[in-house]
Amino acid sequence: MISVTVNGSAREFDGDPAMPILWFLRDELGLTGTKFGCGMALCGACTVHLDGTAVRACVTPVGAAAGKSITTIEGLHPEGNHPVQKAWRQINVPQCGYCQSGQIMQAASLLAANPKASDEEIIRGMDGNICRCGTYQRIFSAIKVAAQEM
Amino acid sequence: MSQLHRISRRTFLQLTGLSATFVLGTHIAPRTLAAAAPGSASARPNLFVAIDADGTVTLTFSRSEMGQGVRTGMPMILADELEADWSRVKIWQAPGDETKYDPPGKDAQNTDGSRSTRHGLQPMRELGAAAREVLEKAAAQKWGVDPGRVYAENHRLHLRDGNKSLDFGEVVEIAADIEVATGADAPKPKLKDPSKWRYIGKDMPNNNNFEMTTGAANFGADYTLPGMKIAVVARPPVYRGKLKSFDATEALKVPGVEQVIEIPGLADDQPAEYRALGGVAVVGRNTWSVMQGRAKLKIEWDSGPFTSHDSSTYDAELKTAARNPGTVIRKRGQGEAAFASAAKVVEAEYFVPYLAHAPMEPPVALVDANVRPVKVISPVQDPNQTRHYVAEVLGLQKTDVECTATLLGGAFGRKSKSDFACEAAYLSKAVGAPVRVQWSREDDIKHGFYHSVSAQYLKAGMDKDGKVVAWQQRVANPSIMALWNPGQEEVSDVEYGLGLIDLPFNAIPNLQLETGKTKTMIRVGWLRSVNNIQHAFAMHSFAHEMAVAAGRDPLEFMLELIGDADVMDLSKDGIDKYFGYLDSPEEYPISPKRLSNALRRVAKEAGYGQQLPAGHGIGLAAHRSFQSCVAAAVQVKVGTNGELWIPRVDVAIDCGRYVNPEGVRKQMEGSATFGNSIGRFSKITTTKGAVDQSNFNDYRVTRLSEGPLDIHVHIIEDYVNEPPCGVGEPGVPPYAPALLNAIYQATGKRIRSLPLPADLRTA
Repeated sequence: MISVTVNGSAREFDGDPAMPILWFLRDELGLTGTKFGCGMALCGACTVHLDGTAVRACVTPVGAAAGKSITTIEGLHPEGNHPVQKAWRQINVPQCGYCQSGQIMQAASLLAANPKASDEEIIRGMDGNICRCGTYQRIFSAIKVAAQEM
Repeated sequence: MSQLHRISRRTFLQLTGLSATFVLGTHIAPRTLAAAAPGSASARPNLFVAIDADGTVTLTFSRSEMGQGVRTGMPMILADELEADWSRVKIWQAPGDETKYDPPGKDAQNTDGSRSTRHGLQPMRELGAAAREVLEKAAAQKWGVDPGRVYAENHRLHLRDGNKSLDFGEVVEIAADIEVATGADAPKPKLKDPSKWRYIGKDMPNNNNFEMTTGAANFGADYTLPGMKIAVVARPPVYRGKLKSFDATEALKVPGVEQVIEIPGLADDQPAEYRALGGVAVVGRNTWSVMQGRAKLKIEWDSGPFTSHDSSTYDAELKTAARNPGTVIRKRGQGEAAFASAAKVVEAEYFVPYLAHAPMEPPVALVDANVRPVKVISPVQDPNQTRHYVAEVLGLQKTDVECTATLLGGAFGRKSKSDFACEAAYLSKAVGAPVRVQWSREDDIKHGFYHSVSAQYLKAGMDKDGKVVAWQQRVANPSIMALWNPGQEEVSDVEYGLGLIDLPFNAIPNLQLETGKTKTMIRVGWLRSVNNIQHAFAMHSFAHEMAVAAGRDPLEFMLELIGDADVMDLSKDGIDKYFGYLDSPEEYPISPKRLSNALRRVAKEAGYGQQLPAGHGIGLAAHRSFQSCVAAAVQVKVGTNGELWIPRVDVAIDCGRYVNPEGVRKQMEGSATFGNSIGRFSKITTTKGAVDQSNFNDYRVTRLSEGPLDIHVHIIEDYVNEPPCGVGEPGVPPYAPALLNAIYQATGKRIRSLPLPADLRTA
């Protein structure tokens, strides 16, 4: 039995500890805000926070989260008003929206660790998150807007 | 021509599951009316506006939203003519039913071809205006005044020269009983003067931004049905390969795996169309289990007829085909004589590989085949085609199948093909429960409908003054039409209609455009802007080459090639069949003047002609597609180690009447990034018939550090009173040639084969 905290609630899982967090969240808990994009930590669509730091849920086994705290896009802010979320709406970032949960979780982790991230640090920090619609310019702008509120 | 029908509250409730007091529907095309049983018009209406007693307006959205912003743009049109307050508008996604929900009457609700707004602006305006007129009549009745004395404004009805007003919600009871004129002769509703538009032409943020930033937006895999099973499928590695045998023993031992089921493949004489490829499905409780189970299947495949499909040899054959004379599709003047007397003749060959769509959301479909109507919930661009193919799998009629498009996590043409829904339908019937088929990224990359690989040969001659006197362009690429006609070796008029036959260099007196023959050995399909990609890449790169050969400024040279004629009339070059993006040439004439205008504008905005630092260059290209004229100016910086940066991109778009400028800008930004992937990174190849790439490690698309982050979009206002043109696709074609022209300007290196090498020193 694995015990984890998900968005502040205690959760238990008695399945395969090798199951990636992504499928635990989506199939077992019904938390579908975290998306499947590649399954190999290549695109970042599945990004969640493990004890506050961004990880790729598609390659991180539930077992590795035992005793730890997972935060998903649904738990980033109770009203959906984390500075990054607000900046995303202010800059009107989303197109199809599919990758944006992962982008937002990555950006929130980046800014939590480094609120004064330079342009170079933002670019490097976001390079693992693919957006096929091509919203990068707005993602870049939105992170700078959010940084002012962090 | 819209014909409007009011329908009852009960009917609306039955159709939509929503309650509303006043609803208004429409029939558009005569053939739609003919499809309805006699006297049943009000039972089968199209439904676009509904108003509740509390004044909440529910607008029907009947296209597919895949990031192009049409779920915002289309309702904006309705709301504007209705005079609704946007903050009190809700949007309802209509299921696939082209007899009810296809306002243009000619698109079958298929969201592709950059045509939703192009074909939908006028009918949406009429629907909104007709609803507004009914509300005005209702208020007039309530006040006992002539309807001419009532006007609607921002969700309220006002008495002219009086001080009375009512909220929309306060008149719905009366409105529900007002007869709406129907029939072809019924008067058209009075449309607002564009100067009075409240939303059309103004910036509007994406409708679903809140959901999309909080994880609440639901895409294909986010829907469940009670008792649902999850499945993944192992498909033949080679197109049209077949299953020989399989052993599921180990797969069935994986906890959570419940069944292993064979899905029949294509019959030998059966065109692929959008059908399932067949294979072995692992069905179970959760995605992780079935993925593990699939990895443990032992399968023997019969590779089928396409094992000789090897990029190393196939590409060479294509290039040979492009070098040899083909079928002449457009001829102007006498090229032979002009070439013979030309002062200079330049030749070049261009190549673009297969491309995969790779939307961030891999294909996924949820089907319950055990209820009637069959339920399909899936991110599809074309719910009605999906109904057709799912019905075929199940031996049912299309009318037995209901399909609702979820939000699409990107699509780019991939999700207009419903093979994944066919798999789910087959499995759902086989297991007697709803089934979600989940594609992995590897499935997506290896079993796509690829953008057609192409080889082109170009030749142009110029006189002693550096004026082009003759242009010849030959294109060889496998045809999309082979999906329906597997033996087809020539591309169709639709494909060469995408940017080749309408070669925009109208000022050249002698033209010869040809298409070559080639066999199609894999599924080839539409990808954002389709054949325009290769046609634009070759012709606009080659125009730049000619400018260089002539020792002339590329901008001035390109403007001279395009010219400033009002109309380029293809019939004067003997063309009697032009695809024309499904529009009439009268409504959408090919205008060299508008293309030149876009090119001039982008050059001006980009500061073209100014001195640039060493290692920098600006490249230009202007291309007309989907009726829009888009010009791109890409600025590059090339490092001493062959690295490439893109400090700035300018895009000028003339799309005639636009609805949401913010949406247009976003599509141009996205198109530049999509074009950047094509120009720099993406390539699909095959070995012994199987696709070599598998995931984002080897099928590369633009990442943030590699994309343009300073894109300036300039929406051209000069032709805003002309009909609306496409926006989702036409930003893609000019980007790659502009990029490659910029690299030439910066380095003197001419790259004619995509994608370009990671280290430009090796180019």
